[in-house]
Formats: sequence, structure tokens, C-alpha cells
Amino acid sequence: MIKTSDRYITKTALFSFVVFTFSFAQTAVAQVSLTGAGATFPAPIYQKWFNVYQSVGKAQINYQPNGSGGGIKAVTEGTVDFGASDMPLTDEQLKQYKSKHGFEVLMLPTVLGAAVPVYNVPGISQELNFTPEALSGIYLGKVTTWNDPAIAKANPGVKLPGSKIVVTHRSDGSGTTFCWTDYLSKVSPEWSSKVGKNTSVDWPVGLGAKGNDGVAGLIKQQPGSIGYVELIYAVKNKLPYGKVKNKSGDFVKADLASVTAAASGVKSIPADYRISITDSAAKGAYPIATFTWLLVPSKFSDPAKGKAMAGFLKWAITEGQNSVEALSYSKLPPAMVAKEQSTIASIH
Amino acid sequence: MATSTYPARNPQLPLAGFYRRIRVWDQVAYLVTLASAILILAVVGLIVFELWISSQPTMQTFGWSFLTHSRWDPNGEKFGALPFIYGTCVTASLALLIAVPFGVMASVFLAELAPPRLSNILTFLIELLAAVPSVIYGLIGIFVLIPMIRSYLVPSLTSVFGFLPLFQGDFYGVSLLSAGLVLSIMVVPFIISVSREVLLAVPVDQREAALALGTTKWETTWQIVIPNAKVGIIGSVFLALARALGETMAVTMVIGNTPKISASLLAPGYSIAAVIANEFAEASGDLYISSLIFLGLVLFGLTIVINALARILVLTTARRSA
Amino acid sequence: MLMAISQRRKFVNALMLSLSGLCTLIVISVLFFILGYLLFHGARSLNLQFLTSLPKPSGETGGGMANAIVGSFKVLLVATSIGVPLGFLAGVYLAEYSGKTFAFLFRYVVDLLNGVPSIVIGIIAYAVVVRPMKHYSALAGGVALGIMMIPIAVRTTEEFLRSVPNSLREGSLALGATKAKTIFAVVVPAAISGLISGLMLNLARVAGETAPLLFTALGNMFWSRGWMQPIATLPVMIYNYAISPEEDLHQQAWAAGFVLLALVLAVNVTAKMIIMRGPAASRR
Repeated sequence: MIKTSDRYITKTALFSFVVFTFSFAQTAVAQVSLTGAGATFPAPIYQKWFNVYQSVGKAQINYQPNGSGGGIKAVTEGTVDFGASDMPLTDEQLKQYKSKHGFEVLMLPTVLGAAVPVYNVPGISQELNFTPEALSGIYLGKVTTWNDPAIAKANPGVKLPGSKIVVTHRSDGSGTTFCWTDYLSKVSPEWSSKVGKNTSVDWPVGLGAKGNDGVAGLIKQQPGSIGYVELIYAVKNKLPYGKVKNKSGDFVKADLASVTAAASGVKSIPADYRISITDSAAKGAYPIATFTWLLVPSKFSDPAKGKAMAGFLKWAITEGQNSVEALSYSKLPPAMVAKEQSTIASIH
Repeated sequence: MATSTYPARNPQLPLAGFYRRIRVWDQVAYLVTLASAILILAVVGLIVFELWISSQPTMQTFGWSFLTHSRWDPNGEKFGALPFIYGTCVTASLALLIAVPFGVMASVFLAELAPPRLSNILTFLIELLAAVPSVIYGLIGIFVLIPMIRSYLVPSLTSVFGFLPLFQGDFYGVSLLSAGLVLSIMVVPFIISVSREVLLAVPVDQREAALALGTTKWETTWQIVIPNAKVGIIGSVFLALARALGETMAVTMVIGNTPKISASLLAPGYSIAAVIANEFAEASGDLYISSLIFLGLVLFGLTIVINALARILVLTTARRSA
Repeated sequence: MLMAISQRRKFVNALMLSLSGLCTLIVISVLFFILGYLLFHGARSLNLQFLTSLPKPSGETGGGMANAIVGSFKVLLVATSIGVPLGFLAGVYLAEYSGKTFAFLFRYVVDLLNGVPSIVIGIIAYAVVVRPMKHYSALAGGVALGIMMIPIAVRTTEEFLRSVPNSLREGSLALGATKAKTIFAVVVPAAISGLISGLMLNLARVAGETAPLLFTALGNMFWSRGWMQPIATLPVMIYNYAISPEEDLHQQAWAAGFVLLALVLAVNVTAKMIIMRGPAASRR
């Protein structure tokens, strides 16, 4: 039998433990909390924003990056308050949302980013140039070695090894994949007919990794590999990334200027903000750039949540834009910011 | 005093109300425990029901050919379970191939050779290995095992066995081989702890009789003790197999997450549990979701079959020896 | 001739027995290697900041997993309050009340439940709790883990109750106690050390489960309030940090792995010691 003293010790321990956890159940201020899930592409800036916004004192917004596909699904099922995706919803997805909830979901662009070709080729420390033909060839499985003429032609004077190219891609539903495949579909008719563009495709070749993080990690560990990640992930992890030939024929490296240039080619902003800026014809534009959207219900059942969401969005497209460039994202064009203000006002 | 103001109590039934109340509580206790048991049965029923119903769209679209097709294309809505079934079976088999010899030999040492105190301490430690969470095995797999496999194991394997299709092709670290190795480490403790117990349960006189006839200790073990304990050992193998099949996290961190079937162990693959973990959160569209759930049902079915086999084995051997 | 055969047999004997010792050595060294590696890398990154601060946005150093540690406790609390009472009471029924056929069938069904892959239980909890409630929550995570705790709770309860000698039951009944009182006031306390250690082993097992939490508890950058919000847990955090390419996050993953493993092992060791002490104590 247990000694009485043991019993008391266990009882007190149990009790104090329960009290301890419950004390966390009721944390001080009655803040509004929101939950969002989705793209890993903008995760660094979103996490920064939500962190800052909490101490600005207005709302606790928890964001879980699990891929654009996850964000779209979660917001459609209503298990999160908002989603995030680098692929705008298709007509069918929009219809599905409307039939499920009775009101529409808004897609609001927040930042501009770029998908860059990262690589790990032992012995090569300089920047490589990639033509659209090279990239589509690599991902179609036609260009298999690093010294293939498709790559070598664009990189005169660079001693490329004859080793095999290890292609990597996303294993989860990814807006970054959408951006990448959207670009490939535009520059390669074969890719367009064979594979197409979506958050998840039937890749002809390659290893899959989860999230932008996963791909970056895989590239780091695997010599001879190539992959695509959002710009900040390449910068953060010191992965070399190449220049891509744009529509005007220049080899452009992804940076704030070239991504902003890609957006400058947009003539008119549609009401639903669905724009593709890949393969932009603008001068100096980086060809694999994209907007990223927050998927926000137009109606919130809890008015406090609706207000908090609208408040955050207003902050994000104005003051929040001041912190995006430090993380290698480009600011939204002013015309877009102005238009979004009115859309945000309709959230309640 | 003979007379009193209180009504006369029946001296043969003192505290009648009290006992009635206790009997009520007795009934209540019985009902509460029965209700718990029924509730648990209901939960299991709910699980099977949910799985079955949610798999219907896939079952109706593809039928059983779902299990034999190997194309997994969420975009084109073509789903085939074969790559995942293949990956699950290959990694589990590899795990057992490695873990069973190691485990049985180690249990022989612990049961037959080691002094009791040492045996108890070592078994205690090995059972702690079983308690290590799966995600930690995944951590070790990524940062320790894969580099070791890449630097030492694969070069030696390919140089000696490179002619076999089993070891051809490029090695990217994440592979069926890595997953199988991690799984083998994870299931070895189960095999050891159960096998050791059944080996210890073999009566001493069996051993003594053999030794008296002049066999060596190893011969006794191999020809007398192990056959006696065969059922238990095989039971432990089934237990290990069930664990290996359902393992999710460690596998998804080292298997490569590629839904392709390849003959080579060096190639990346995919397992049922891993694909569900990776793709369920974003699966939208009835067919996609129900395909993943159908995969879960298949996995569940596999474990049911293995459990049933293990039970049948126990029953038949018990009957035979009875 | 005879000498050759007996020498060969002796050789085989020595060889196989030393091989068995070698296998044991290898297995033990793997354990120590894992523990040591985790200790080395984990302890290095383990500091007060890790234990008390919240995760920082990616790119910023520092940050910790305080919310994940508390989160794991909260989810386990929910799981225990669901799985253990159910399992315990059902085990009592099995051991004390039920007939043979029901017991056989019930045990088979419970074995089935044990065999359900943890990821499948996660899907079920998602369908049954998260989707209808329209949010991820600690409750959903607790339900998933609670379901996983049931089979072991049933099995250990039944086993330890059965191990209580019948003489105790008979004595209690002879003294006039009803069946229920006998069970709960005599048999259960007699088996309590086994029951508690079974509970602890059960807890330690589900504490490390990651898969069911992926679709139920989701995760949280901040403190999770109450039981109805997404919540950060240690295993999920470890997973997320481990597959990220940032070195800082890797170190945090090791530290978290160390904390998780230390807790799990501590619970296991305590549970086993209780078992070892138990029967001796009740023999007194």
C-alpha cells in the first residue's frame, strides 16, 4: 500500500500541476485571437508581422505555415480564421467556398516575392545563368547533367561538372510550386501540356521536400541539387541562386528592384486581385515573381474577430510594408494598396 | 426500557435503507463499467465506420484497382496506392530482416548467458529504447544516420553488391534503405524484450536434459530452447511488424517522400503513413481526401490481418501443445 | 575425427555465443549513442531562455519552446482524463464482471484499436472534433491521444487486477462487502502500484506521439489560452524545426528532443521502479 505521506505528496503535486496549467488557461488581457494557416512562401514576413502586431497590442494572430494547399483547404473548411496562399483560388474553389459558407472569400495581396533557382554544385561558387529552356529541360528530366549545353551555353567560361542534376521540388501543396509551374507553363509548351500549373503537380523527376524550409534543407545537404525556393529562404540559408533570363532577354537576379519591376507591368488591377506576374515583359523584371495573398472571409461570425482582421490588414498594407524589404520581399504597388483599402473596409 | 417513542425496528433487518442504497451503488458500478466497455466498442466501431464511409468516393471511382495502380496525381485526380503499399512493405521487411536476427541473438545472450542482474539491467535499458519518441528517431535519422549511411554503408554496399538491382542507382540520403534502418532500430527493443521473456519461460529441465546429453550451450539454445519459445518469438516479430507498418514521423523524415516504385533500396520512396501525414492537411476535393483515407483503411487492414495471424498462431500452437 | 567434430562444435558454440553478446552490445550502444547524442547536442542548446521564452519568427535568433512544453502537458492532461477513466473502468469490467466470450471479443477489439496507426487516429479526430467545431484545439489533440491511451489502459488494468489473489476478494466478500465495494476498496488499492505504473508508461508512450497532433492541435506561436485554441506541442515543434534548414532551429530541436526524452525516460524509470516496489510492499 502507498504510504500516507506519498499519497499527500502525489495529491499536492497533482493539484498544483492542475492549477499551474489552468493559470495559463486564463492569461491576463482579453485579446482577440485569430488563427491562420497557409503558405510558407511569405511565412517569414507574416511571422514578423504577427509578432510585432501583438505587442502593438491589438490581436494575437497565430500563423501556422503548412503550405498554400493547406491554407486553402483550412479556410474553406472553416477550421481557421484566414488562410494564406501564393496561388489565387480558382473559380471552382471560389464557388466551393461560397456554397459552403454563403459569403465570399477575399484574396488580398500582401507582399511581392520571387521564386529563385537555388543550387548546390560543388566547385561552383559563382552565379549561374539559367535560360527558360534550361529550367524547363531540367524539370522535365531532359537536361540531366550540369554540363549540358542548355546550361553551359548561358554560362561561358564556367567549368560545369558532368555530374547528375538532382532535381528537387515541393512534396506538399505549395504556392511556390504554383508560381514556378506557372512560369514553366508560360515558357515551355511541353511543360504546359504535360504537367501544367498547380500547387501540386505530377513531377516528371525529382525529390520532394516539405515546405520552403524542406527544399532549402535538402539543397544544403545534397550535392548537385537544384530547387526553387522563395528568395528569403535562399538568402537566409546562404544558398547560391542563379539569374534567370527574362522575356526581354536579360539575365536578371531576383532582388527588390527586379521583383518590383515585374509588378510594374500590371496595367489594371482586377477586382478579385488575381494577377499573374510571371514572365513579365517589363524592363529589368525578374520573370518568376508573384504576389502572395491572404484569404480572408468577407464576413466574420464574431464581430470582434472581423474588426481585428480588418485592423491588421490595414496595418499590414501600410505600416507593415516598411518591414518587408528587410526580409527581401518587395512592397505592394501604391495603386494596389489604395484599392485594397476599400476592399478591407467591406470586411465585417 | 421496554417502551419507547420510536417505532419498533425489525431486529432482523437493521439498517434496511442503508443496504438498499449500497445495492443500488453496486448496480451503478456494474453499469458504469459495462458502459465504459460499450463506449470503447462504440469508439472502435465509429473509427471503422468513418474510415469506410469516407473512403467510398475512391472505392466507387477506382474500385480495388486503386491498390494496383501506381500513379499518384492529385492534379489529374488519378490515384493509385501501389507506391505507398510498396514502400510500406519494403521498409517494414527491411526493418525486420535486420532487427530479427539482432533481436533474437541479443535476447539469447540476455536469457541464457548474462548473469541475472546484468540481464535485468540491460533489459531495462533496452526497454527504454522502446520509449524514445518516434520524432527523435527521425532527428537522429536525418542528422546522424543518413550521413553515416552516405559515407560508409552505401559505398561498401555498392562496391560489394552493386551488381544487384537492389543497390543500384544514385543515393540521395533519403531512401528506402535509410527508412528501413531507422525502423529496425525502433523495433529491435520489442523483439528483444518479448523474446527474452519467452526464452526465460522455457523450463530449465529442457536445457538440463540437453546438456546432460552432451550438447554445447549454443546447440541447446538453438535446437531446444528457441524451438520451444518459437511461438513467443514469432509473436514478438508480429508485434514489431505492426509497429513498423504504422510508424509515421521517423519514416517521413528519412524516406524521401517520392511516390515512385523502384527496385533499388537506395532510391527514395513513400509509405502510407508518410503520405497521409504530408498530404492530408492540404487535400481538398472529395476524391483526394477519400483516397488518403482509403490508404489509411488499407494500412489499418494490414495491421488487422497481422494481428489476426498472430492470434491464430498462438491459438493453434496452444491447442497443439494442450 | 571425433576430436575435429567436437572442436568444430566448440568453435561454433563460442562463435555464436560471442555473436549474441556482440548483438546485445550493439543494441545497447545504439541506445547509449542516441541518449548521448541527444544529451550532448540538446544540453548544449538547453538554457533558461529556451525553457521560458516563446518561439521567435524565423530569421531571428533566440526564442524558445516554453509554450510547447506547457502545451504538451495540457494536451496530455486532456488525453489522460479521456483515455484513462474509460480504459480503467472497462478493464475493471473485464477483470471482475464479464463472461469469457465477451472478454475474448472485447480484448480482440481493443487489440484492433491498438493497431490503428496513429496517423489514422489523427484523421478521425480531425473529422470528428476539428471539422465540426471549426477550429483546431488542444481538446482535439487530447481526444486523439486519449483514444490511443485506451487500449493500454484496458490491458494493464485487467492484467494487474487479475494478479490480485482471489483470497483478498473472498475475504472482503466474507466480511459482508458488496462486489462493487470489494473491487474499488480492496482489489484496486491492492493493484494500485501496477495501475499507476501502467498509467505512467501509457502517458510516456503518447507523450512522444506527433502524427495525431498534426491535424488536431496544429500549433501556436503564442501561449494558447484555454482548451479550444490551437496549441504548440513538443513533438510537433521538434518535427517542424528538424526539417527546417536553419541551424538555430536545429539546436532548439535538439534541446526540445532532450527535454522530451528526459521526461519520457524519467516517467518510464519511475513507473518501473513502482512496479518493482509494489508486489514487495503488498506482500507485507
